[in-house]
Amino acid sequence: MSNSLLLFFVNTHKESGENMALKRKDVLGLRTMNQQEIVEILNTAETMKYILQQNNKRTPHLQGKSIVNLFYENSTRTRLSFELASKYMSASSANISASSSSVSKGESLIDTCKTIERMGADVIVIRHPMSGAAHIVAKHVNVSIINAGDGMNEHPTQGLLDMFTIRENKGTIKGLKVAIIGDIYHSRVARSNIWGLSKMGAEVAVAGPSTLLPIELDKTGAKVCNSVEEAVDQADVVMVLRLQKERQQKGLLPSLREYSQIYGLNKERLKLAKENVLLMHPGPINRGIEITSDIADGIHSHIQEQVTNGVAIRMALLYLITRQRRKYDATVYQ
Amino acid sequence: MLLCISNGNIIDGKGGVFLEKDILIKNNTIIDIGTDLTNKAHRIIDATGLWVIPGLIDAHCHLREPGFEYKENIISGTASAAAGGFTSVACMPNTEPAIDNAAMIQYIKLKAASEGKVRVYPIGAITQGRKGKHITEMGEMKMAGAVALSDDGDPISDANLMRLALEYAKQFGLLLISHCEDKSLVAGGVMNEGYVSTMLGLKGITRAAEDVMVARDVILSEITGVPVHIAHVSTEGAVDIIRRAKSRGVHITCETAPHYFSATDEWIENYNTNAKANPPLRTQRDVDAIKEGLKDGTIDIIATDHAPHHRDEKDVEFNLAASGISGFETAFSLSYTHLVDTGILSLEELVAKLSTIPAKILGIPGGELGLGLPADITIVDTKREYIVNRDNFYSKGKNTPFHGKKVKGKVIYTIVDGKVVYDKEVLI
Repeated sequence: MSNSLLLFFVNTHKESGENMALKRKDVLGLRTMNQQEIVEILNTAETMKYILQQNNKRTPHLQGKSIVNLFYENSTRTRLSFELASKYMSASSANISASSSSVSKGESLIDTCKTIERMGADVIVIRHPMSGAAHIVAKHVNVSIINAGDGMNEHPTQGLLDMFTIRENKGTIKGLKVAIIGDIYHSRVARSNIWGLSKMGAEVAVAGPSTLLPIELDKTGAKVCNSVEEAVDQADVVMVLRLQKERQQKGLLPSLREYSQIYGLNKERLKLAKENVLLMHPGPINRGIEITSDIADGIHSHIQEQVTNGVAIRMALLYLITRQRRKYDATVYQ
Repeated sequence: MLLCISNGNIIDGKGGVFLEKDILIKNNTIIDIGTDLTNKAHRIIDATGLWVIPGLIDAHCHLREPGFEYKENIISGTASAAAGGFTSVACMPNTEPAIDNAAMIQYIKLKAASEGKVRVYPIGAITQGRKGKHITEMGEMKMAGAVALSDDGDPISDANLMRLALEYAKQFGLLLISHCEDKSLVAGGVMNEGYVSTMLGLKGITRAAEDVMVARDVILSEITGVPVHIAHVSTEGAVDIIRRAKSRGVHITCETAPHYFSATDEWIENYNTNAKANPPLRTQRDVDAIKEGLKDGTIDIIATDHAPHHRDEKDVEFNLAASGISGFETAFSLSYTHLVDTGILSLEELVAKLSTIPAKILGIPGGELGLGLPADITIVDTKREYIVNRDNFYSKGKNTPFHGKKVKGKVIYTIVDGKVVYDKEVLI
């Protein structure tokens, strides 16, 4: 079967029975997405993953479409992942990074995006160090916005690829216990996963130093545990977050050594989880700080697989969001 | 020139309520209050079914001049004030340059006298350049006409400097208005710390940032015996600290702003920068505490903290957006809607908090209607319901989270010194 034909079967897949298409203009976060939409993206990504595994990794589905990656923060995997996803699907793509753009000339974010829109972009993929940046842009432009990480808020494509990885390995997400360990406060990956996994029926348990847990986190539906051990206990999935070294410099932690002692994931702690536990990490990993090398490279680790799935998820999203382009009115100046 | 406001319901700010009476104004002075005064008048304002109240007095606003005329200036700011029913406003000195010396005080007074629509009372800075290092020439500013002192926008972080400022200001009878914010506790926060900040991934500002500083100033006021006025109270904790201070006789007064009892941090959903303020919008629990504080008298007055900003300063990332709400033109309506219509305050009590008590705290004329007093009068329709539309604001600042919200109670006329400056909902 040709790659292009495959996509026609995407929507009759698995849990999603009806033929529906992602109807939103933007993908800003999983908090505001419903379960059906998530399922549709995951189903589509399965086909995309199949395409990725072929000798000829190319489909024509984004032919004539223009995807611009606007990155205000350094990124290797997310940016490359979006770029390759666009290319595998025959889109034109371009990358802009903050240092080389008019940002340094003082242009506002909204103006920059309007300019990109006028050059014919169909989708702007935006990564920004401030929470809500993608949301603010989305209100002001008609082009589709995909949030590739906004400050501490969300990283929806990471959340989706994590859920994809879990579903692929476990067959389902519903009813699983997923432990998220580390700096929850600053983590957009954690937020996207908490929203997404909860919607998909998983039980999310989080643990980390109390200075790195946001206030009233329990209201999100996540269970806040007092120790890593408690969170990992009988978990089906353990997700370890990257610890930014600057957290220690800002006084939120006494030392990285103590962090790895008390909150780092190691072989002993991982043993508390279920035998067939899935170990995940959004990368890049700090070996010996939040996770030990033996388990990061061990049999439970799916860290490398997450990277592959990331491309599939981004292909799926780009495909779904550009498939039925309509004229949308941006709600200007809310 | 004789102006008669006929058949209105009058609240005189001195405890008197007179239904369906006339007020006769000769030039700029109230010369009679009674019945059947219309036949002598050159102009009659029919106030049937309306409330005639002392002109509103705002103890805390930002007119932005000099330095930030693109946000607001004295002309647009006082026009906005007039449309909001204010006849006197006290403007904060966080301008560029800061209003921190006698010449600047005189400049504001002269400019406002020549082009302002309402009376403007400048507030001088507590420290030179508002930098929090050296106290200003308070005596000279007092002589030039400063009504109070404040570094509003920034706290006086140095506790000893605050103590010295209190002691120095005391000899001139100048009131210090304290912007209570412990910057170290703010720690880069941009909205109230709570579930909403967690949900939106925005850095939160703990209520402790306000409460700790309020407690410090209460203690400094107590130990020096010098009054302190706490600006824009927004937390349950601050209300509690002030309530207890007052009960043991500390000379503390305080204000809140309409947005602290009309909106919560949930309004920031979807990163609405028009709901970004400092102090930040809090939670329902704080809103309830603010209302309770207004009811039991802990919170003396309502001030607008009118903080106009340019659209370009709000159409940016939430972290970068300017803090503040354009407040003159919604203040009365929000107060009426959320306090009087809900039974928390009587209309007389609201008038006291928006006019009589602010005048007393600042030591300026106004806040009362009576024979021989200047005719600073506001006429409001408390039955009128309408939708807030920022496009109709006279202020340059359209930054309000209340755009599109239904409110009750509308200013219809504003009379300053006998002159009708806001006439049947149109600025003159």
